[in-house]
Amino acid sequence: MSEAQAIAATEAELGLTPSDKPRGMFIRAWEVFAENKLGLAGLAFVIFILLFCFVGPHLYVTNQVNTDLTNYLCHPSGQHLLGCDDLGYDEIGRLMVGGQTSLEVGLAAAVVSVVFGTLYGAISGFAGGITDAIMMRVVDAGLSLPYLMVLIILSVIFHPTVTTIIFIIAIFYWFGVARLVRGETIALRNREYVQAVKVIGGRPLRAVIRHIVPNAIGTIIVQGTFAVADAILTLSVLGFLTLGVAPPATDWGSMLSSGLNYIQGGNYWWLIYPPGICIILTCISFNFIGDALRDAFETRLQRR
Amino acid sequence: MALLEISDLRTEIQLKEGVVHAVDGVTLHVDEGETLGVVGESGCGKTMTALTIMQLLPNGGRIAGGSIKLAGREITTLKPDEMRKVRGDDIAMIFQDPLSSLNPTHTVGAQISEAVLLHRDVTKKEAYDRAVEVLDLVGMPRAKERVEEYPHQFSGGMRQRVMIAMALACEPKLLIADEPTTALDVTIQKQILELIDDLRRRLGMAVIMVTHDLGVIAGRADRVAVMYAGKVVETTDTSALYENPRHPYTEALFHALPEKSAETRERLYSIPGAPPDLVNPPQGCRFAPRCRYATDKCRTEAPELNGETSAHTYRCFFPVGAKEKTVQGQLTVIEPIAAPEPDALVDQHVGDVVLEARDLVKDFPVTSGLMRRKIGTVSAVAGVSFDIRKGETLGLVGESGCGKTTIGRMLVGLDKPTSGSVLFGGKDLARSSGREYRHERRDIQYMFQDSYASLDPRMRAGTILREPLVVQGMGSRREQHAKITEMLGKVGLPASWTERYPHEFSGGQRQRLGFARALLLDPQVIVADEPVSALDVSVQAQVLNMMRDLQRELGLTYLFISHDLSVVRYLSNHIGVMYLGKLVEIGTADEVYLRPAHPYTKGLIESAPTADPELERAKVHEGIVGELPSAIHPPTGCRFRTRCPIAQEICSTVEPELKPYGVGNHFAACHFALQPPAEVAASSATEQVS
Repeated sequence: MSEAQAIAATEAELGLTPSDKPRGMFIRAWEVFAENKLGLAGLAFVIFILLFCFVGPHLYVTNQVNTDLTNYLCHPSGQHLLGCDDLGYDEIGRLMVGGQTSLEVGLAAAVVSVVFGTLYGAISGFAGGITDAIMMRVVDAGLSLPYLMVLIILSVIFHPTVTTIIFIIAIFYWFGVARLVRGETIALRNREYVQAVKVIGGRPLRAVIRHIVPNAIGTIIVQGTFAVADAILTLSVLGFLTLGVAPPATDWGSMLSSGLNYIQGGNYWWLIYPPGICIILTCISFNFIGDALRDAFETRLQRR
Repeated sequence: MALLEISDLRTEIQLKEGVVHAVDGVTLHVDEGETLGVVGESGCGKTMTALTIMQLLPNGGRIAGGSIKLAGREITTLKPDEMRKVRGDDIAMIFQDPLSSLNPTHTVGAQISEAVLLHRDVTKKEAYDRAVEVLDLVGMPRAKERVEEYPHQFSGGMRQRVMIAMALACEPKLLIADEPTTALDVTIQKQILELIDDLRRRLGMAVIMVTHDLGVIAGRADRVAVMYAGKVVETTDTSALYENPRHPYTEALFHALPEKSAETRERLYSIPGAPPDLVNPPQGCRFAPRCRYATDKCRTEAPELNGETSAHTYRCFFPVGAKEKTVQGQLTVIEPIAAPEPDALVDQHVGDVVLEARDLVKDFPVTSGLMRRKIGTVSAVAGVSFDIRKGETLGLVGESGCGKTTIGRMLVGLDKPTSGSVLFGGKDLARSSGREYRHERRDIQYMFQDSYASLDPRMRAGTILREPLVVQGMGSRREQHAKITEMLGKVGLPASWTERYPHEFSGGQRQRLGFARALLLDPQVIVADEPVSALDVSVQAQVLNMMRDLQRELGLTYLFISHDLSVVRYLSNHIGVMYLGKLVEIGTADEVYLRPAHPYTKGLIESAPTADPELERAKVHEGIVGELPSAIHPPTGCRFRTRCPIAQEICSTVEPELKPYGVGNHFAACHFALQPPAEVAASSATEQVS
């Protein structure tokens, strides 16, 4: 019996219909993602806000470098659609520039903290024993620091540029990620497919990177999207405390902070609502995307 | 008079993909005090029928038609609160997994008395007394004390007794047992089955026993209904069914049993394909696509349930077996499935010793408290030695907790032995380490019990299969691909399936995939840990056939670990029997099986249910009593003495050593072995064979 015949015979024994070539992984993942309407809405908003912040300034050109006190707190008009702030910057232009900072910091801080925290947590959980105990006490110590205070001190010591703020936020965020991933790793470590790596003669690092991390991806992705939202909020807090990026650069939190000075002086709503709404919608969108992504990466939910 | 009458019952479950016709026109009846066995592969609607009777359907499930009459009273139309009165009072049910059916936060006494309080007008005190009474009834030792304990403090067998006690608390007329012993060891299984049978007789209940195991109901059921794809395909008296199955499906189920071919070691018959999708069931006879006798008529017309006599009915146009009248004294004519291969494993050429276990010991520390202080050790394996020759299969059997899995794990290096050594080709594997060790790994591969858990759910089959080759740095990408394609062909999977994820394979197919992974490194030895225990008989037959074929083709050596003696006997040249970390008997398969020297081996063989009603009924009150003692404080002397029917004083002081018995390397460790030692028996043993 030739090979092909043998296969055909067993296929018949198993009751298989000859299979056709399945579609790619990303197409299947996308199908699952697209089933989540909130995820789609979140994705649409994030794309919109990215275009708004990074492409917008080329279409809606405003002067975001020099102050113009003749436009001090001017009301929305044909020339300035959302009015101007207390230094005469156009509010829409300001939102775009501030959004660049917020999004850059948010995404970069999330990536740095999640990548580091994941590896740290996975290695700690997989190693177990004394290594795990020491690595986790470091995390415990980090989590017990009053982070806002340290954050403030750090941003006073280091000149607050976008890069330093990314790292300052990331330093605090990875502790939580590490702890979560460690828990997940301990649960996965005793799974048979992780042990199977040992049987075929693989190194522990392979088990961590090829099997444990991909299977913890649901937790990691959700944590990652939370991290984006959290970093944007943390940056807003720093900005609100006037410890954010140095002028003329700005971020949504700083805008909110300066707008609040005028909250009692009159109806200057355009100073508060636009940055506030941007922060809220962006954070919610990232959370929705996170939920949808977790499902999308769940191979069991995918159709062929 | 019929206690329960089900006619043309239909149950549908609404899912996203469509409506599943889980129960599709089932007609059954159960008389008072009788046991009805319901058998079939998984996914045939057995459990769904049971749940429909209880009206405990899953979300989206509903009764779409038909009637269920309990003592003449229609219960499908009862209101929910009226049905609640029926459940637990008139009909009670016990489930497969007793741990997840019991609430871990309440004592068993509270849980049993809850059932009583719901249905009887009694005080809490009376209900509690009733709990003690029924626990006593189900054979719980020291019922008065144990009633205060929580589920986790009981062993699996005792938990199932608690479940039975709970079901019996209100003296139901009908007990539905859904795979009540599937999760238990054969020795405990026998005890539980006997208990149910005994209680049925004493309390005059009727029992519906749902199971996939033809052996379980052989000696206990009065009548049997065979289910396939949501329909009853054959129903009759137990002895008539086992002697003369008329439906090809029933016949195929019998042919797939390894115990039938244990002596001849013929290839097992396996039913091709899988049960149909019940969203769009096939036209005509539902079994036609898998039936070896199917004609065009079967594929277009659906047969009705009838037969030559009303006592034996089946859904088939072309029934197999003998006509009812001629059944007397004449065996059914079973045509051979494939040309029988004269393949006596015993005579097969076996080579030199490849793998040796020398005094293997494995202790696991027991720790407690914050500081992880060591308070004792679990003696999982206590000095086990054996060797395996090239090309042979050593089967390892024993109850769960006897250390057989730990031995397998030590052989493949998943656990390090506390002492002793694993010699592969004369080299001690447990001592070498690092790079060299990882390289040597490839010669001994492991086949996991749960193929689903052992395959990374996020990797495609192709990636899973390439991993061992990548890890060992074997071949270029192209060569790896070629090797994977070749291996998939060998285990009988289409090469195009490399793009699939593990969850897209069925149980049997996944087990093939796991086997392919183990084979890719060209190993010499495969340690297979319960590779077929999670599979249906028909699929089990497929996997066993594949393992046998590839052993011959590639000259593989197997260590086959299983709790199922008939599977082990079918596949192995030698059998090793383990009890509580000790190897108590080892020898050629037929020697150990037919002439056991150790009382434990004999007990195990007697406990294992066989699909033969007469044999089953004949063996009353045999088997092994009690449960496996704790391995933290194993009994002194012979570890089996606490459950041994013939133990004497010497057994508690002197540990017996392995001594030769019978013929051909047959060893057993017992002071009072069931046959005289080898020197004396050498001549008489040959006579016993004939």
